[in-house]
Parts: sequence; structure tokens; C-alpha cells
Amino acid sequence: MNRNMKDRWIALYVENQVGVLAKISGLFSAKSYNLQSLTVGTTEDQTVSRMTICVTSDDITFEQIKKQLNRMVEVIKVIDLTNVMIHMKEILFAKVLHCTTADKEELFQIAQVFGVQVVDIGTESVLLECKLTPRRNDELIALLHSKYKHVEVVRGGAVAIESISTSSR
Amino acid sequence: MDISGRKLFCKALAEEGVDTLFAYPGGTVTDLFDELYKQDKVRVVLPRHEQALIHEAEGYARQTGKVGVCLVTSGPGATNTITGLADAHYDSVPLVVFTGQVPLDLIGNDAFQEVDIVGMTRNITKYSVTVRDRKELGKIIKMAFYIAQSGKPGPVLIDIPKDIQVAQGPSEYPASVQIRGYKPIEKDVHVGQLKKAYKMLKQAKRPVILAGGGVKVAKANKELREFAEKMYVPVVTTVMGKGAMPDDHPLYIGNSGLHGRYAANIAVSKCDVLFSIGTRFNDRITGDLNEFAPNAKIVHIDVDTSSISRNVVVDVPVVADAKVALRKLLEWAEPSDNYEWIDRINNWQKDNPLEMRRDRGMTPQMIMEGINKVFADATYVTDVGQHQMWATQFISLDPGQKFITSGGLGTMGFGFPAAIGAKIADPKQDIVCISGDGGMQMNMQEMATAIVEHAPVVVCLLNNQYLGMVRQMQQLFYGKRYEATCLRKRNTCPPNCKGPNEACPPYVPDFLKYADTYGAHGIRVTKEEEIIPALEAAKKNTDAPTVIEFMISSDELVLPMVKSGNAMSEMILK
Repeated sequence: MNRNMKDRWIALYVENQVGVLAKISGLFSAKSYNLQSLTVGTTEDQTVSRMTICVTSDDITFEQIKKQLNRMVEVIKVIDLTNVMIHMKEILFAKVLHCTTADKEELFQIAQVFGVQVVDIGTESVLLECKLTPRRNDELIALLHSKYKHVEVVRGGAVAIESISTSSR
Repeated sequence: MDISGRKLFCKALAEEGVDTLFAYPGGTVTDLFDELYKQDKVRVVLPRHEQALIHEAEGYARQTGKVGVCLVTSGPGATNTITGLADAHYDSVPLVVFTGQVPLDLIGNDAFQEVDIVGMTRNITKYSVTVRDRKELGKIIKMAFYIAQSGKPGPVLIDIPKDIQVAQGPSEYPASVQIRGYKPIEKDVHVGQLKKAYKMLKQAKRPVILAGGGVKVAKANKELREFAEKMYVPVVTTVMGKGAMPDDHPLYIGNSGLHGRYAANIAVSKCDVLFSIGTRFNDRITGDLNEFAPNAKIVHIDVDTSSISRNVVVDVPVVADAKVALRKLLEWAEPSDNYEWIDRINNWQKDNPLEMRRDRGMTPQMIMEGINKVFADATYVTDVGQHQMWATQFISLDPGQKFITSGGLGTMGFGFPAAIGAKIADPKQDIVCISGDGGMQMNMQEMATAIVEHAPVVVCLLNNQYLGMVRQMQQLFYGKRYEATCLRKRNTCPPNCKGPNEACPPYVPDFLKYADTYGAHGIRVTKEEEIIPALEAAKKNTDAPTVIEFMISSDELVLPMVKSGNAMSEMILK
């Protein structure tokens, strides 16, 4: 039954009002849609919020999700980002604890390769700040887990915006 | 000059042309009631329970086509309306429900009679909102009335904190409102897509039109009939679509679905084009989705984009109001040669007609036929259960005649209050409520409302002493283990009862005494020959409601039937 199950991205303009986030997230639970990530913040217009939503679904369900979002009074616009050029980033902090000196050196190398910053450091710990795509963040986390026992991770969920030129995501 | 929120509330109702308000007072709405006392434009109806209150507003709305308006207090007053909100949401009934709320600074404190009614009703309303700023009150009420009636109609809830009701603010009630996120489909239709649908229908060898409640909501009955006649295409309806075609029309096959007509379900199963209008392909219509109209290309015209291609995969989707689409289709319509196909359908009708036996006492069919005869022009309102299905099978509707039933949610307790609401809305119209002994008891306190508001409805109560629809399933699929469906059962009964016998305790309540207690009329009918005289007597009772209790057999079944989840062509006929 998994007709083309994959991750899909939506940008959603909604009224910046009390209860709108609950209404949107409530739709996903009420209809058993598989929500992967949802971020929200105000836009250049203070009365409008923009959400970036990732769902895993098949084609038919995804069409239904867009329709269900569109019919909500509080939803101003639904943009399907699945097949368009976008810039997408997710903030991630990864704190590695109980590091040896060798570990720390290696972490600096990893940071360099992944293009992320070491923003804090202690005698036995290192804090990485990453602004990568969610997939790249997944890879980094997997790598850290494979190498170190004590890793603390906090992720912000992705934000995305349509590209100006034909750039990749 | 600034005015109070409560004054603006009354002004808004007057501007919206609200003539009737179904309202139950309480702590957080006393200011609004005090303001209502001072005006004479809006009639305030006081039901006896908020669930019944909102069903009365639904009956009012479905009888008149206008918005049903409710006012209840916070907390339990608000939560009691939830069933009705869900009911109206499923059946596209325009309602505006005002709930009181604790003052803004108490919200979130678990204050007395505080509930987050907006949070609770978010996915069973078209829109629900708390007024947090007195300045917004007028705009929000305007929005509510607009949203409730436009596009696919539905319920809107406005939660008004007590302090907003007395706060001063602008006196203006806006004449119109722009909502940037809400653009209902009104007059638009994609002509190219509709043409494609039309061509598909024109080329079909075995076409069927499936009409749902959307046709009736759009008031497109006449257009549907003309289109079917011009194209010479047979029509089936859903339960909510019943009445979209006159019942005696030669092109009307009947209802399809779980308890639909044999010929209607077979026609849907065998058709090559299913031309559907205003239905959301509920599971009661489709049965097993893999076996639903397996050989057909499906056209789906609906005003709600999200209804299209949700349950069944559609070949030609058309987003449009039923009336707008049908008017356009009528411009193109040309007769098709469907004589052979219609002959086949008529033969299926003859093979398995809808007919109950006539040799063993009074049957539901006889009662429905009596109602058709004596109350030929009435609005029929049903509750939910076996009697509802018998009504969909045997009640005959003329063009424009109303059939008010709880289709989507299947709300027991809906019928009696909805009938009262319809009667309040339209006092000259005969209103016949067809109910069962189970559903009637879910809102029987409303007899008081019917009496005090002078709403002399006629209640045809089919008493089989059981919760019959569930009993039927127990009989057919659960080895006659009648758990919790016998309404005569007492705690003194032996366990594992397999059905009625001579030792059964008497039935309660006595519905004749019930009618009498409230000052209504009560008639008990046990034999076929008493049906017509009883209905005629009820018709003369214009002073108060009449309850006719029809004593029917406990083991009468609704047939044909399709077991839930099975293919529509697999019908249990006898």
C-alpha cells in the first residue's frame, strides 16, 4: 500500500493567532498523518506566521493533507515545496561529553569537514552548532553516536524558503 | 459612540435577520440574556437541554435554509452542544453557536464552569474562536455568519468571555468581511473539466448518477431532475441525498448503500460511468472500496476539494457547487440511448423489490405508507436506527419536500428536537417526526419545549422494545447474544437471554402517560387498520404535539443490508 511513501515539504502561511498551531498540529493527529517536523515563526508581516512542515506520506495522502490545510479558515496559503528549488536549514546543537584530548581533536576535524562550528568547549566536553539540512544533520548525529558514548542532541526542525536562482536544497 | 459588547451582540443578531435564538442561560451569559430581555426582534426559545437545543437549531436551519443560532453558557452548557456541532459539521448545517466563557483573566485557571470549548471543537466546526478583544467582536460575528453559510455550510462557534460582553467598544457591525484564508467556491467551475465529465457521461453505455446531500444543500433538485431527464440517465441517491429526485420518478432507482435498494446497489456495481454530485463517498455508501463500482470511471463534482479523491479514486474531479455545475451541464445535455440499461435496472427492481410481508400484522412499511398518505406534504424528520432506514426506504418525497435526518454522525436523540426546531421555524408546515423508542428517550424532555413553544409536531414512534439496529446485528452476526439492546431488560432477568418470552418484564416508560404528563396527545396503535385513523386524528391535533406509539414486532429487520465492510453487491436480501 506504500504508494510512493517519502518525505514531503510544505510551507504554510497562517494567521498569527492564538490556537492556530494547535489547530494545524491537531489536524495531523486527528487524521493520523505522519508529521516529521513542524517549525513556526512570524514573517515580515507580524499578523502572519509561516510554518515549514515535513510529512512522510504517499501521493494520495499528501494531496489530502494539502486540501485539508487549505480549507482551514486560518490558513492563508499552502505551498508545496516537495519538487521546487529551496534553501533549507535546520539548527542543531550537539554536545559531546566525557571527551579525551584525542576525542576533542577529532571533533574539531569533524566540525571542519561538516562545516559546523565549535561554539563552546570545556575540559571534557565540546559543543557543536550546526546549520545543515536535516539529512546532513542526521548523518552528523549518526557519526557522533558511532564514535562517542555520551552525546546530547537538540534539533530545531527545518525552515525552508524558495530559491531565487536555480540552487539546490 | 461606544457601546457594550452585549448591546453589539443584539445588534448583530438583528442585522443578520435572526428571528429565533435557541438559548439556555447560565453564569457567563446572564448579561447577554439581560440584553435580550430588552429587545423584541429575536424570539428566545428555551429548550430543556443544550444537546436538544442545538438539534433544534439544526432542525430550524434545515427547514428554512437559514443559519440556526444558539446561545449557551460556558462549561457544561458548551460541552453539551458538542454532539450537535459534530452532527452539523458532517451534515453541512449552517449554525452559529455562541458560548459564554469565564472572564479573560480567569481563562486557564480552571475557573468555575471553565472549559476550553474552542480547543475541544476545533475539528468538528468550520471555525471556532474566542473573542479576546472587544474591538474584534463585531467582525468575528460577521465572519461567523458568513463562514457558516458559504461554500460547504457548517457550524461556527464563538466563545465570548464575560468581561467582553460588558466592555465598551465600537458600535459598528460591519456590512461585510474579508477573510484572507477563506475563499469558498461559489460560482466558479472549471468548464474544461466539467466538459470532460460530460463527455464521459455521454459516451457511457451504463451510466448512473449518484446524488448526495450536496445537491439538496445547493438547492439543485430541479436542475438534477432536468439533467437526468434530458440525458436519460438513471439516478441513485445517498441517505443525505434522498429527496434530490422525486421518489416516484421513473429514472429514480432509490437509495444506494448499506440499506439501499438492491437495484440501486447493483446498478452502481455494474455501471461504466458513475457520475457523482455532492457526496463524500462515506463508507456506508461504498462498502468494500476495492469492490465499489469496480468497472466504472468515476466523475466527482463537489464544492469541497478535500472530499474529492479522499475515499475513492476519481477519474474526473470537478470542484463546484452542485447547482452551478448542473446549470452548466444542462446547456450541453443531449439524450443518450440508455434504454437497454434502464430496462436491466428495472428488471433488478422487479427481481428484488423493496417489499415487506403483508400477512403477519403491522409492519413498518405499512406505517410509512400511512404517513405518506395522511401527511403527503409534511416535512419528515427522523431519529437514528431501524426506523430511519425504513423511512429512507418507504417514505415518498415529492419535489422540494424535506427529509431531515442525521446522516453523517448518526446521532440518536436528534429526531424529536430537530422536528421541534423545524416546527418553530415553520409553524404552518406539518412536521412528522419518525422515531424509535430508543432515540426518543434520549431527548424526551423536549416535550416541554414543544408544549411551551406551541410546536405541535406529530411523533410517529416505532416501538419494538429494542435498540433495533444493534439488535439486528446481534441477530445476524453475533449469535443472538442480545447484550444491552433489550429495553425491557431488568436486573432481575436471567442471564444470556436469547429474545423475548412470556416472562419478560413490562416496558417502561408508558409513552401514553408520558404524553399525558406534558399535556400532549398520545395514541397507541397495534393493528394495521388503526394506522390511518391514528394519523388522521394526529393531524387534527393542532393544539399540542401527538405521540403515536406503533407497537411493532421486535424481530423486524431492515433489509436488504450489506454487512459493514463487504462489497455493495453482496446484499442480504431475506
